Amino acid sequence: MEPTDVTNPEYFHKVVDCQFACPAHTPVPEYIRLIAAQRYTDAYMVNWESNVFPGVLGRTCDRPCEPACRRGRVEEEPVAICRLKRVAADNKGSIADRLPQVPAEKNGKRIACIGAGPASLTVARDLMPLGYDIDIYDNQVAGGGMMRSQIPSFRLPIEVLDEEVNYILDMGVTTFFDLEVTSLRDILDKQYDAVFVGTGAPRGKCLNLPGLEEAGDAVHIGIDWLANVAFDHVDSVGRKVLVLGGGNTAMDCCRTSKRLGGDDVRVVVRSPFADMKASPWEKEDAMHEGIPIYDNHTPKEFVVEDGVLKGMYFEKVEARYDENGKRSLVPTGEDWVFMEADDVLMAIGQENAFPWIERDLGIEFDKWDMPVVDTTTFQSSNDKVFFGGDAAFGPENVITAVAHGHQAAISIDLFCRGESVADRPPPRTNLLSQKMGIHEWSYDNAVEADQRYIVPLAPLDKALGDRRVEVELGFDQDTGFKEAERCLNCDVQTVFEESRCIECDACVDICPTDCISFVDNAEESELRARLSAPAGNLAQDLYVSEVLPTTRVMVKDENVCLHCGLCAERCPTTAWDMQKFLYNVTKAGQAQQAGGVSA
Amino acid sequence: MSYQVPKFRHPELPVNELGYTRADYEGAISTLCAGCGHDSISGSIVRACHELSIEPHKIAKLSGIGCSSKAPTYFLGKSHGFNSVHGRMPSVATGAAMANRDLLYLGVSGDGDTASIGMGQFTHAIRRNLNMVYIVMNNGCYGLTKGQDSATADEGSASKKGDPNPFGAIDLPGLALQLGATFVARSFSGDKGQLVPLIKAGMTHRGFALIDVVSPCVTFNNNDASTKSYEFVREHAEATGTVDFVPMREEITTSYEPGHSQEVTMHDGSVLHLHKLAEDLDPFDRASAMLALERHRAAGSILTGLIYMDKDSRDLHEVLDTSRRPLNGLGEEDLCPGNKVLQNINHSLR
Ligand SMILES: Cc1cc2nc3c(=O)[nH]c(=O)nc-3n(C[C@H](O)[C@H](O)[C@H](O)COP(=O)(O)OP(=O)(O)OC[C@H]3O[C@@H](n4cnc5c(N)ncnc54)[C@H](O)[C@@H]3O)c2cc1C
Ligand SMILES: Cc1ncc(C[n+]2csc(CCOP(=O)(O)OP(=O)(O)O)c2C)c(N)n1
Ligand code: SF4
Ligand code: SF4
Ligand code: SF4
Ligand SMILES: [Mg+2]
Repeated sequence: MEPTDVTNPEYFHKVVDCQFACPAHTPVPEYIRLIAAQRYTDAYMVNWESNVFPGVLGRTCDRPCEPACRRGRVEEEPVAICRLKRVAADNKGSIADRLPQVPAEKNGKRIACIGAGPASLTVARDLMPLGYDIDIYDNQVAGGGMMRSQIPSFRLPIEVLDEEVNYILDMGVTTFFDLEVTSLRDILDKQYDAVFVGTGAPRGKCLNLPGLEEAGDAVHIGIDWLANVAFDHVDSVGRKVLVLGGGNTAMDCCRTSKRLGGDDVRVVVRSPFADMKASPWEKEDAMHEGIPIYDNHTPKEFVVEDGVLKGMYFEKVEARYDENGKRSLVPTGEDWVFMEADDVLMAIGQENAFPWIERDLGIEFDKWDMPVVDTTTFQSSNDKVFFGGDAAFGPENVITAVAHGHQAAISIDLFCRGESVADRPPPRTNLLSQKMGIHEWSYDNAVEADQRYIVPLAPLDKALGDRRVEVELGFDQDTGFKEAERCLNCDVQTVFEESRCIECDACVDICPTDCISFVDNAEESELRARLSAPAGNLAQDLYVSEVLPTTRVMVKDENVCLHCGLCAERCPTTAWDMQKFLYNVTKAGQAQQAGGVSA
Repeated sequence: MSYQVPKFRHPELPVNELGYTRADYEGAISTLCAGCGHDSISGSIVRACHELSIEPHKIAKLSGIGCSSKAPTYFLGKSHGFNSVHGRMPSVATGAAMANRDLLYLGVSGDGDTASIGMGQFTHAIRRNLNMVYIVMNNGCYGLTKGQDSATADEGSASKKGDPNPFGAIDLPGLALQLGATFVARSFSGDKGQLVPLIKAGMTHRGFALIDVVSPCVTFNNNDASTKSYEFVREHAEATGTVDFVPMREEITTSYEPGHSQEVTMHDGSVLHLHKLAEDLDPFDRASAMLALERHRAAGSILTGLIYMDKDSRDLHEVLDTSRRPLNGLGEEDLCPGNKVLQNINHSLR
């Protein structure tokens, strides 16, 4: 293999598994260390800079970082990254004096953001401090998009959302709430310099089964129903509720039903339990609240008597997988199953809908009737119009919407300056030795063996009694500290300088997880087979040195490195050093500002 | 400074026949200097014991005084250990081995511990062909007492703060051959590929197995003028051949090119495979081994690998026809055969 080029920032970026997996590339270990140091406000700001809604995300994030976390590869469970974020948010002090200054003198450019969800709010957050005038349009009465209308308040208290939405709106954004945009042409006619479409994927899917019409208003579209609950248009539900679907929306529907009077609430899903789209923790939370999940049941028809919904029929199926692993659900041939219901909630997916975008505005739509959007610049084929969040490529989650918003803001800023949107700013990085003395590091390199801590919950009867009571209580400071100590500091990189190495094997001998080998070089697959421990995780890179005096190379498998620093401690010549790598995604306008970041 | 090694290990570490991973053979975190060759030898011992599937509680580690003699703390944390007086490890080993032949005796010593203060003990253990592995972590100096030249320092070699050594070196393998040793090898701490199979062979050999391991002292004797530095040893080591050790229960899977190859079946059925053997050495002929050592010494190179092995070695237990059972397993009946037997003995003496 060729020697690894560690000057390419993407190499070390990838070693920080959580940050790499985070769509917004939040510097996770950096904020976790700040939490351990009880510097909650600093930890919050590291988050705020990169993911804009730490309090919201610390409760609701889809957490793609956690399955990626290295800790999950050396023991059972990853670090509770998401809930640590909440510790920062819960314990922070005032951040008023840390928010970016919005210049009194505007730059003369006007931007419209349609939809006030996390994508649009992020665009506003990034562009307001640069002097833009921003108008946000939304058909709801307040900002936040689906964070307000969909995510139930027992998972996300409204005050937490309001606080973080207001940090942005208070920068001087002009809001047009409770206003449905029915024509993009009208907006474009207002002579904005650019328009950002962040309208999400607002249309819930419906199953057109026999009896649907007769069932009338006993059948609800899940996301519309949740919005009606959120905005207090609905405050009760029948005693027997069937929720159709196996995603997170289904979990929110069933748990909300439990709080509005449903006592026999069931989730019924076509797929096997293990294949359900809902996150494992969402399923656990629903089951913890006494909601059974019936898997392998396909809905067949509604049963309505005298104009009143009585229940539904389901066909039992089983999953078969062909040799390519493709699944088909095959009926078992058993009798249909009848389940009683007063109300049925359909939570079987959402789609985009752009009836308000005229098709003659130069915005190309593809065969699925989705706008053609560049995946890097978020620009549409009308170069003034940008898309982001769920509106761009279909439903995802809050953190993805935020990541899109940051990138779209960069594009809008470049576009308004007359520069090419294709010139993406490189990340801002810093690599700094953590050496404090012969055997001393400025980070806590000891690896704690603690198992993942469980977030305490409100008592079940209290939680089920009121949909506004938050279920999770969050970690207290002590538990937060202990959980933070589980983090392996994967951003503190093992940096190897071959010219100093005397090939004494000290690092090989001490490394607890057998990451390091000195072997003859070869092609990657061959080289992986030569290492001192199995190196079969191809998603993790090998760090390969230049050829050493014995004609061998040093190869480090990054896979299960604990970042414990022992290799560097035991190295007599400091060929190994532990260096903290800070990687920050550059935000709009930052590339133009002089200077880097400090570590 | 880290005072403990993290608990986590590579999740896919191979397990041996006993179901143990290499981690089960580790010891406490080393307090030796960073980069000390002794730590690498500890690593090789861990690997050898794991690969041989030895039950940790069936091993006794014995040592004297020195950095090298401290090393047993840093491997085989679940085995028996005895840290004796400077140079006196062989007599403790002799007593232990005589009392309990069921344990594997692993002596770890330094060049000072062996070739200076312990010389008399060392020679007699060899002469008696005590059933043990005797590893000398040889750095040419007294590391623990700050790097004075030892008796194995080569003439002309100078340590970091010292003058060129005016005396000739004691060559431990040469001396052992002369004393009738039945297994003699030399290796280098930085060459695990060679050292691990040699340790495994030594552990399987019945009788005294000397492994002299050149092991640089990074702190006091790893400078340009030293002949025990990493760089010097790498440049001057010449292997007698390649050593492969296939434990008794494993199938031999490697095939070797013909010529200069030898296969030895050890007494427990394991196979020692020597290939690419130097043409001028027959490792089963003592005189040939002595000549080869001398030739390399004269040429200024360090001969490593298996130097000599007596396939028909008879260890001390065999020679003395000692009890098959460990002494702690002998009951009152065995030890007090009764009045009648005593009468017979007395009678025979009348
Ligand atoms: C039930 C449910 C639960 C969820 N839970 C989570 C969770 O726990 N964690 C997570 O990360 N994600 C969750 N999501 C997904 C997440 O809410 C969305 O991915 C995210 O909000 C998308 O952000 P956005 O900015 O693209 O758009 P949205 O948040 O969808 O905001 C778009 C806004 O635009 C408005 N709008 C649309 N069309 C118009 C128009 N023509 N005129 C004016 N206004 C308009 C909408 O009303 C909405 O307010 C959940 C989604 C659902 C449905
Ligand atoms: C009876 C006695 N004499 C002298 C000493 C001092 N002493 C301690 S270690 C040592 C030499 C150790 O050298 P070596 O065996 O080569 O070990 P190294 O530290 O080099 O590994 C000496 C002379 C002692 N501890 N006891
Ligand atoms: S251990 Fe810490 S730094 Fe490493 S991936 Fe997990 S959260 Fe990130
Ligand atoms: S930091 Fe060094 S010693 Fe620790 S696990 Fe990683 S490679 Fe091994
Ligand atoms: S003094 Fe020398 S022999 Fe002793 S621990 Fe340090 S390097 Fe090793
Ligand atoms: Mg010594």
